[in-house]
Amino acid sequence: MSDNSELRTPLRPLARILAARRRGENPDNIEKENIRLRHEDMRDKSRLRSEGRLLVLGVFFLCAFGIVGVRMGQMAISTPIEPQSSGSGTGIVALRADITDRNGRILATNINTSALYAHPQDMVNPEGAAHALVGIFPELELERLLRDFTGERRFVWIRRQLSPEQQQAVFDIGEPGLLFGPREMRLYPNGDIAAHIMGGATYGREAVNSAEIVGTAGVEAQFDEFLRDPVNDGAPLQLSLDLTVQAATEDVLYGGMRLMNAEGASSVLMDVYTGEVIAIASLPDFDPNNRPRPATEGDASQSPLFNRAVQGVYELGSVFKIFTAAQAMEEGIANPSTEIETQGPLRWGRFTINDFHNYGPRLSLTDVIVRSSNVGTAHLAQMIGAERQRTFLGSLGLLEATPFEIIEARGGRPLLPPNWSEISTMTISYGHGLSSSPLHLATAYASVLNGGLRIEPTLLRQDGPRLGPRVVSAETSAAARSMLRQVVSRGTASFGEVPGYEVGGKTGTADKPRPQGGYYEDRTIATFASIFPASDPRYVLVVTLDEPETFIAGETRRTAGWTVVPVAAEMIRRIAPLLGLRPEIETEGPVGITLSSN
Amino acid sequence: MRSIFYILSALAVMGLGFWAYRENYQTQSAAREVRELRQQIGLEREALAVLNAEWAYLNRPDRLRELASINFDRLQLLTFDPSQFARVDQISFPPFELRNVSNSVEVIGTLEGAQE
Repeated sequence: MSDNSELRTPLRPLARILAARRRGENPDNIEKENIRLRHEDMRDKSRLRSEGRLLVLGVFFLCAFGIVGVRMGQMAISTPIEPQSSGSGTGIVALRADITDRNGRILATNINTSALYAHPQDMVNPEGAAHALVGIFPELELERLLRDFTGERRFVWIRRQLSPEQQQAVFDIGEPGLLFGPREMRLYPNGDIAAHIMGGATYGREAVNSAEIVGTAGVEAQFDEFLRDPVNDGAPLQLSLDLTVQAATEDVLYGGMRLMNAEGASSVLMDVYTGEVIAIASLPDFDPNNRPRPATEGDASQSPLFNRAVQGVYELGSVFKIFTAAQAMEEGIANPSTEIETQGPLRWGRFTINDFHNYGPRLSLTDVIVRSSNVGTAHLAQMIGAERQRTFLGSLGLLEATPFEIIEARGGRPLLPPNWSEISTMTISYGHGLSSSPLHLATAYASVLNGGLRIEPTLLRQDGPRLGPRVVSAETSAAARSMLRQVVSRGTASFGEVPGYEVGGKTGTADKPRPQGGYYEDRTIATFASIFPASDPRYVLVVTLDEPETFIAGETRRTAGWTVVPVAAEMIRRIAPLLGLRPEIETEGPVGITLSSN
Repeated sequence: MRSIFYILSALAVMGLGFWAYRENYQTQSAAREVRELRQQIGLEREALAVLNAEWAYLNRPDRLRELASINFDRLQLLTFDPSQFARVDQISFPPFELRNVSNSVEVIGTLEGAQE
């Protein structure tokens, strides 16, 4: 039959028709017979197809109803069990991970507390409840509560956090319309220590039975995703800070700021090989448990929220001279004993570069740094040239924002001269005309002085050195350290001497720029960038005081040597033992003096 | 013979039934216990978090500094100072005494017959 479709039987086969004619039959009957057969054939085929379809449909429905039946049976005979998470017991993990210092001491954690809300429609005595609540929480407004409790509202938030005592007091009101929702609260147990690094946290989306905690600043904002990621299974975020050192730093810095009548202060302590920031402080500070709102008017840089060490970009003054000296040595322009012209004043166009004192016609390169001669440094910068200076400062990371892991670091972008002309080159060589943050300075110092390898500042604990490309040779680095050591032992930073720790450093005093242009006569930013111990560098410490002023030895002093250097020395005295550095007996005389060639 | 076989199998079925019943209830109680323990672990964890927070709060540097200054008369605690580092030979150890020699072993002898 299946061949029929291919080989169609003719309706009037000639052989049969001739035979029929011979027999005298009507040949049309043959045709009719064939038509009938063909129709029957077609009918059979379509019937078979329909049967197949019906069968498939039937099987499908049978399976479907069968599954439903089996499932119903299963459900009917099984005992109801509450679904429960099973695991190896790590079950409950806080919503947001802790933050710890490098030794695992807690810097931020969560505690459970309650939020208070009201269902006014369930209240027995709304007026009484409102009065009692105002008695417990004096900051609530009675009129608002009365309006909310007696009005149309069916849900009112009253407070986001309650202490257990307050919760008990609210219980004692005995009002069924006052309800509690569980809350996790971010706690910074150390208060204002490392406040600018912590930043702060607030509630994001809120519901009755939980609320998400969202970081608003500092590491809390930078690592928000990490801290909230359940994949980490509650593992804490370990920072490079050392809580003890940080506390000592802030203690000394606060004392120094008060003693020197400064408006603000900041300090950065950095490991020279890993780039880990061990302590970083900015004063005035705040309590991250109760983060103040950003000021809507006035100067944002005066707010306690402003991180002077990271966000504040200042012209830092003579601390930059060591970069010029290091580059001059690196490029072979000078060696530590090369005589540099220092006869002031140096005139360039309409600009005049002067020194604090007149240092005579010439000084050796070491003495240019030790006595801090602007004229000498400017001469060196002229020899180096704008392009090379720019490349060198760029290689130290002084021309872009630091990759420091707090969200504010992106805002700490150095201010460069719009046109890096020769006069810019000369002023930048002694730290004017280029604004950068104390953190930039600490990073650049560490890179130049650790043996000459670039490092990046980091806030996360590192397991070993993270050394980048070479910026200066090891010899240049050692020579620069020797110069800085001499600045302390016989130069402008003589108050910076801490017996046993071989402090080397450079002072910088910069006049503050007026907002309307020009510079103040009587307001300075005093900076001391130091490294200790100079012969075997471990840490870089940068301390900055904003508008220091002190009356010593019959004069009002605003220079770094009289103001910030003693503060930094006291800081090193306090923190070096905490860092495990033991005082060493020093060898006298400059380090590089025996390195003469014949 | 046949009746004994029937009785034994009936007893076996009853015994197995009883055993299965007991196992079932033991399993359920064990599961309940696990659940309770989990809950307890959760509560302990929560308590631990609170205690950790409290420990950190009580050990905050500001408070320790205040306590040290309040109790200065008794404890005389001062900040850590570079002069407090010392070498081992600066420590006065108790005087060293020679012990009595007992149970000595002879290590010197004479070679007999060596002269010959």
